Amino acid sequence: MTLDFNALKEEKKGQDTFQHPDFYAVDDLLTEEHKLIRDSVRDWVKREISPIIEACCQEAVFPHHIIKGLGEVGCFGPQIPAEYGGGGLDYISYGLAMQELERGDSGIRSTASVQGSLVMYPIYKFGSEEQKRKYLPKLATGEYMGCFGLTEPDHGSDPGGMRTTLKNINGKYILNGSKMWISNAPFADIAVVWAKADDGKVIGVIAERGMKGFTTPETHNKWSLRASATGELVFDNVEIPEENILPGVRGLKGPLTCLNSARYGISWGAIGAAMDCYESAVKYSKQRHQFGKPIGSFQLQQKKLAEMLTEITKAQLLCWRLGTLMNDGKATPAQISLAKRNNVAMALNIAREARQIHGAMGITGEYPIMRHMANLESVITYEGTHDIHLLILGMEITGENAFA
Amino acid sequence: MNILVCVSPVPDTTTKITFVDNNTKFNTEGVQFIINPYDELALTRALELTEKHGGEVTVITVGTAGTEPVIRKALAIGAAKAIRVNCDPVDSLHTAQAIHSAISNESFDLIFTGRESIDYNSGQVAGLLAELLGMGLLNIVTSIEVEGSDVIATRDIDGGKEKVSHPLPCVASAQKDLCEPRIPNMRGIMQARTKQLNVVEYADAYNDTEYLSYDLPPAKGAVKLIDPANAGELIDLLRSEKKLI
Repeated sequence: MTLDFNALKEEKKGQDTFQHPDFYAVDDLLTEEHKLIRDSVRDWVKREISPIIEACCQEAVFPHHIIKGLGEVGCFGPQIPAEYGGGGLDYISYGLAMQELERGDSGIRSTASVQGSLVMYPIYKFGSEEQKRKYLPKLATGEYMGCFGLTEPDHGSDPGGMRTTLKNINGKYILNGSKMWISNAPFADIAVVWAKADDGKVIGVIAERGMKGFTTPETHNKWSLRASATGELVFDNVEIPEENILPGVRGLKGPLTCLNSARYGISWGAIGAAMDCYESAVKYSKQRHQFGKPIGSFQLQQKKLAEMLTEITKAQLLCWRLGTLMNDGKATPAQISLAKRNNVAMALNIAREARQIHGAMGITGEYPIMRHMANLESVITYEGTHDIHLLILGMEITGENAFA
Repeated sequence: MNILVCVSPVPDTTTKITFVDNNTKFNTEGVQFIINPYDELALTRALELTEKHGGEVTVITVGTAGTEPVIRKALAIGAAKAIRVNCDPVDSLHTAQAIHSAISNESFDLIFTGRESIDYNSGQVAGLLAELLGMGLLNIVTSIEVEGSDVIATRDIDGGKEKVSHPLPCVASAQKDLCEPRIPNMRGIMQARTKQLNVVEYADAYNDTEYLSYDLPPAKGAVKLIDPANAGELIDLLRSEKKLI
């Protein structure tokens, strides 16, 4: 399916008039620079994403042409230092960028999250100086696209049981195994892949497209994140040059550190999806008349709207505080789990309530509601399921591990 | 070539407009200011021209310290440096005189403004500035190119367009369709932190214009829908109720 993106952009130009709710004046906690970053990403989303996203999702097409723009505006690795091509910005800037992208669509935010937090971040954090210089600047512009291979067909919440191996055979490193549910896999130029080394410890390698035995079959027929490309990574005796092994980490701490950064971005992103549903619901409740009055004048609709605004406001404050902790290097994985879990569930509930307010119109592509709702069903599962984050918190509280 | 772009901060288009001081002053409390959209076009096109022909873009704003976020955005979009003339302008002539005074020791090949600001919509600064500088004016341009020592511009005129050539230096004002406004990127926003923003004083007493009062436009009336089958009713209403026919 080919879509005429230019015609769509022309047809729907200026139609997205989104403004975010800010009931507790959270904007006053942001710097002028933060607001400029947020507004710039929002302007970009309104121009490049909003006009095309519905068609992309309906047709399950990833809009490849936006990669260059995502890089130009600075959405790939805003938190990575500028000397490696990143934005050199703080974690609140990164969060705000993710909020605005996901306000457009979770699939677009996923593409940027994976590139920034799961590909650039591990190379920056655990890579050699040569690896950083080789990959990071090109990943920042989108010239290279990356993906992150941790989850396997039989190992999702339990990554420690992974079967992918990196064996040293006669001085050569050979990668075998497969990874599943990998965002960006079908078009990625490189993959940061986690495998078990000979000593049984998890190790990170950079696999490159074109390496013999490395394939990336696409996952079709998704009902969620339809504008994002998902696939598998299959390694059949792939020889990995030693210089492609990440030297800086051994053990599950490696991938889990990356997930912390990505989960933090998701907790902001979910606010964006929630805000979009809320804004649409407020507008619709004023326009739609039943029994001779706008439906927004009825108590049950007001209850829904009031609860949505309450939850969005709480999530905004949660993320702002978590952002300041991230900036100070003090945020704990459990704190990030709380935010990811709370905010994604919050957004999904708001999408469902907004769908009720929109009545039958809410199920159509005329409104963004069902798209966000379907997307959030992935978001509540990936990067640590809703239940796993609960158990992370449970372990934090009691000191007892209830995973197994 | 060096280009000066005049940037006016204007209230965001969704601002709820209210007045204070007995309806003699616009209430700026809680108002979000943005770069005047026509000025944003002038800035974007100026950057495109300097990227092609060399040189740099300077932005100038007449306003108090509260206008600096708008100036930083202009720097983030790509201007090399900025001047803020520290005074609260009273009207278009005041603004033009303040700009003229601030750039008296500098020379620019092109001075670019928006066709008008979207708050007071006077559309006069470009013309007044051209007069003060003794330069020609290319008003309301929808395209502008530099060829040698001339600019070639397309202007919107009544019922059509005209293509004109004019020697540099000159003043031009930007009309919509000139270009797609550039969105600042994160790198530009970072760089804007350290770009030069000169504040110059302009203290000439100016009180030619006094604002006696502001009024909001009348509220939109109720809409009466008439079934196409009863078109006759429309004629009756226009005749009896509105007395239009």
